[in-house]
Amino acid sequence: MGVLDNQFLQLQQLQDESNPDFVAEVVSLFFADSERLLNDLTRALDQPTIDFKMVDSHVHQLKGSSSSIGAERIKNACVAFRNFCEEQNIEGCMSCLQQVKQEYCLVKNKLETLFRMEQQIVAAGGSIPMMELSF
Amino acid sequence: MNYESKDTKTDLRGEVFKMWLNCWERISGNSYYIHHLYYQSIGSKRVRETWWRKVLITWLLFWTLVSLWIFWYMSSQATEKRREALGSMCDERARMLQDQFNVSMNHVQAMSILISTFHHGKNPSAIDQMTFTRYTERTAFERPLTSGVAYAVRVLRSEREEFEKQQGWTIKRMDTFEHNPVHKDEPSPIEEEYAPVIFAQDTVSHVISLDMLSGKEDRENVLRARASGKGVLTAPFRLLKTNRLGVILTFAVYKRELPSNATPNERIEATDGYLGGIFDIESLVEKLLQQLASKQTIFVNVYDITNLSQPISMYGSNVSDDGLWHVSTLNFGDPFRKHEMRCRFKQKAPWPLLAISTSIGILVIASLVGHIFQATVNRIAKVEEDYHGMMELKKKAEAADVAKSQFLATVSHEIRTPMNGVLGMLDMLMDTELDVTQQDYVRTAQASGKALVSLINEVLDQAKVESGKLELEAVSFNLRAILDDVLSLFSGKSQDKGVEFTEKGHIFVTVYLVEEVVDSIEVETELSSSKNTLSGYPVADRCHSWKGFKTFNQDGSTSPFKSSSADLINLIVSVEDTGQGIPLEAQSRIFTPFMQVGPSISRTHGGTGIGLSISKYLVGRMKGEIGFVSIPNIGSTFTFTAVFGNGSSTSNEHNSQQMNNQPNSVSSEFQGMKALVVDPRPIRAKVSRYHIQRLGIQVEVVSDLLQCLSQIASGSKIINMILVEQEVWEKDTSVSTLFVNNLRKLGCGFQSKLFLLANSISSSRANTSTDGVSIPSVIMKPLRSSMLAASLQRAMGVGNKGNIRNGELPSMSLRHLLLGRKILIVDDNNVNLKVAAAGLKRYGAAVVCVERGKKATELLTPPHQFDACFMDIQMPEMDGFEATKIIREMEHNFNNRIRRGEVSIEAYENVSNFHVPILAMTADVIQATYEECLRSGMDGYVSKPFEAEQLYREVSRFFPPIPDRSP
Repeated sequence: MGVLDNQFLQLQQLQDESNPDFVAEVVSLFFADSERLLNDLTRALDQPTIDFKMVDSHVHQLKGSSSSIGAERIKNACVAFRNFCEEQNIEGCMSCLQQVKQEYCLVKNKLETLFRMEQQIVAAGGSIPMMELSF
Repeated sequence: MNYESKDTKTDLRGEVFKMWLNCWERISGNSYYIHHLYYQSIGSKRVRETWWRKVLITWLLFWTLVSLWIFWYMSSQATEKRREALGSMCDERARMLQDQFNVSMNHVQAMSILISTFHHGKNPSAIDQMTFTRYTERTAFERPLTSGVAYAVRVLRSEREEFEKQQGWTIKRMDTFEHNPVHKDEPSPIEEEYAPVIFAQDTVSHVISLDMLSGKEDRENVLRARASGKGVLTAPFRLLKTNRLGVILTFAVYKRELPSNATPNERIEATDGYLGGIFDIESLVEKLLQQLASKQTIFVNVYDITNLSQPISMYGSNVSDDGLWHVSTLNFGDPFRKHEMRCRFKQKAPWPLLAISTSIGILVIASLVGHIFQATVNRIAKVEEDYHGMMELKKKAEAADVAKSQFLATVSHEIRTPMNGVLGMLDMLMDTELDVTQQDYVRTAQASGKALVSLINEVLDQAKVESGKLELEAVSFNLRAILDDVLSLFSGKSQDKGVEFTEKGHIFVTVYLVEEVVDSIEVETELSSSKNTLSGYPVADRCHSWKGFKTFNQDGSTSPFKSSSADLINLIVSVEDTGQGIPLEAQSRIFTPFMQVGPSISRTHGGTGIGLSISKYLVGRMKGEIGFVSIPNIGSTFTFTAVFGNGSSTSNEHNSQQMNNQPNSVSSEFQGMKALVVDPRPIRAKVSRYHIQRLGIQVEVVSDLLQCLSQIASGSKIINMILVEQEVWEKDTSVSTLFVNNLRKLGCGFQSKLFLLANSISSSRANTSTDGVSIPSVIMKPLRSSMLAASLQRAMGVGNKGNIRNGELPSMSLRHLLLGRKILIVDDNNVNLKVAAAGLKRYGAAVVCVERGKKATELLTPPHQFDACFMDIQMPEMDGFEATKIIREMEHNFNNRIRRGEVSIEAYENVSNFHVPILAMTADVIQATYEECLRSGMDGYVSKPFEAEQLYREVSRFFPPIPDRSP
């Protein structure tokens, strides 16, 4: 299963001359946003009494942003996470949080590799092919 | 156990149980506690079980005790009664004995008086032995208990000799006599005084001359008698001679009348003699008892108990003691002697059968009742268990149902996501330069993709159908366009199978108004009986498929459709095909959801098997009927009717908009043109002609190219286009080449008007590459008006060329619509915000982003310059619904102010009515969300991430196209 879905391709298509760093911008925004949310979630789940409403809203945000960026596996993990939230299943939430974190790390690594490679290509004077994102 | 009464029994049990419970409550006086205990126990099965076991054991114990008590009580009652009977019998005997004894005693006393009167009172004595004997003999009946009477006279020592001389015998000793009866005549030794017997009854005549004072018992008796002046008794002893037990009653005879308070010495002084009566107690008691009826039932013992420690038995045998005996005291008139009578039953007490049976009966009843309770409780427990089981199963079933819905939702969601990608890519592909064929491919691919999405929706629809939640929306439509679209959707499939109007069979759709069918129903039947179908193949008679329809069974005059035909259109649609048909055994369940003809059918044909069930439901909702007829190996014909509203004028606007997208309406640009169709097959040609005629073109059909040439050469008509069937074209290349050359000769303009009607592109392409003939334009079959029109336009240069005309290209149109629009995007998620903004900027919109609903309400406070607003629904602090409500309120107030003239219209670009279109952005597009969107004043919703077509659809509702801005 791919880490990213075609939404990311669409995202790439939105990048043009008027907005050359659009993807990078969005992705870094996503990173910052997600890290904040993940921290919040970790803290919220550490509380003795867990505010599931808050957790749910955090997860909802994370789900929204990850689906926008096309991080499919994070999104799927978030869906499961929200189900556990609804059930108020603390153990499930914890395991989901771990899963989301893992997926997040994976996406982050991949995207960082991608950008690094893109930069290398640009630096070498090449052009970035559009349909390369099928890992 | 008989089963008929079982129910009533259980009822009875329940009632008994209730009664018992009530009773218990009253007894305990603490109903709350019982209730509490009961319902608490109901709560946990285990507690209840143990509770009931305890109750049961207590119950049994209680009744065991009760029955024991009853046994004890009844047997003691019986014993008591027995004892009473014994007592009364004993007392009776004692009293009789006493009475008779007293009677005898009185008589003896009377005799003593007689003797004192006639023996001592008279001188000489009036009584001698003879008289005495006779008298006593004759009065013996008066003394039933005495065996003999004797009189001894008091003789002092001084008087002895005189006395002996007078009597003629000597006073004899008694004890010697007793011990040695041989020495009978032994004279008594010299004593202080003597009491020799002078008179005696015959029975005891042997005691005459014996000294009573010499006998131990007698002496004592005599002494006591004269001292007390009353009758005294000896202890029982063996009588002389008879050797039976007896007592001797002794009365003293006094010389004179003594006062009752005379001292013993005075009495001794006055004593004259002693009268003794011998009582043979043993025989007497026996005689007495024989007089009584129930002598057998009891033993009677009579004792002398003067010496308490050693009672002397006077009568009766010593029988072993069974414990129950009665003692009656006997008073024989001698205060010194005490006697008693002891009675006991001869037989032992019988078993207390009544008590035993009663108590056992009670025990049995109690245990039966306990068993009934037990059974009832067990039954209740079982029923409750079953109930809980059922509840659990119900919960499971509900959970399974929920899981199914969730599964459907999830799966459809999961499939939709990649499908969005596919569709999006296809959208983009259509943006690029494509030739007609490619465009058709893309369109078909897109349509198939949409069909897949709609399949998912279908599955969801099925779920909705099952729950009855499906709502129908009335939308105006173009029947031809819809049929074209439907057919083109399945054109790929039908081409694979080679199903066209060829020798392989056909699929044919006919649409009629119901009225026409009703009118022409007889004609139809005649026609179809001739089996003259389009492909020449026999088909299932479609008339049979609607035979069961109520619409036709009603009389024409009363048909509701006729009366309301002004605003309602009742269509009948038949789809007939040739093929293997539906097996007869499967025909009955064809409308059952998820039922397919056989398990192998889904392998060979695919599908979920829910299409027809949904169709049936939908047709039903549209007040129509669906039916079919199928003949194996000939084909099936499905027919349905549906009632549609007549498209009113209000929907015309919408229609025209749709026409814009789908230029398949009959356009006037081909009006008056003429076409030649070259096709040897009349039926296929007929279909082609039908389609071309729809564009307003006059059509003539010729069977081959040469005929066609001659037709053209004749020049009688101007032929604008020639459509050649691929089959004809490929039949003979030389003829084709000749034909083209001839056409060139006839006029250079013709070439562009030559078209090839092809089934599949690949074959035509392969052909054209090999022959040297210039390639005619290819029109793909199945023919669709839109396709046909587009191809003809392109080839003939008619109408507006270019993107707008040709493509329902949402992205271009979107650019068209959105260019220069000022749009506000509200989303709390930065990433989403960015992506959405970029997506809209792509179409040339000027985008402003805010992250809070509150901020949005500030920006959208009229007057403002925004053309539209895209609003996320779920946001912290203020969500999309709330923000929209506030904005709508502000707009309402502002509009009121304008109306009242408080604010001049001119200041705000003559906008007289502020209503900024607000579109919800949401990831989950469900009906409920949509309804809530509308309720809170939103105008629509777009899914997130944006899908170009949906975006277009929504946006086009608000923005009028601005043609002058288009590129």
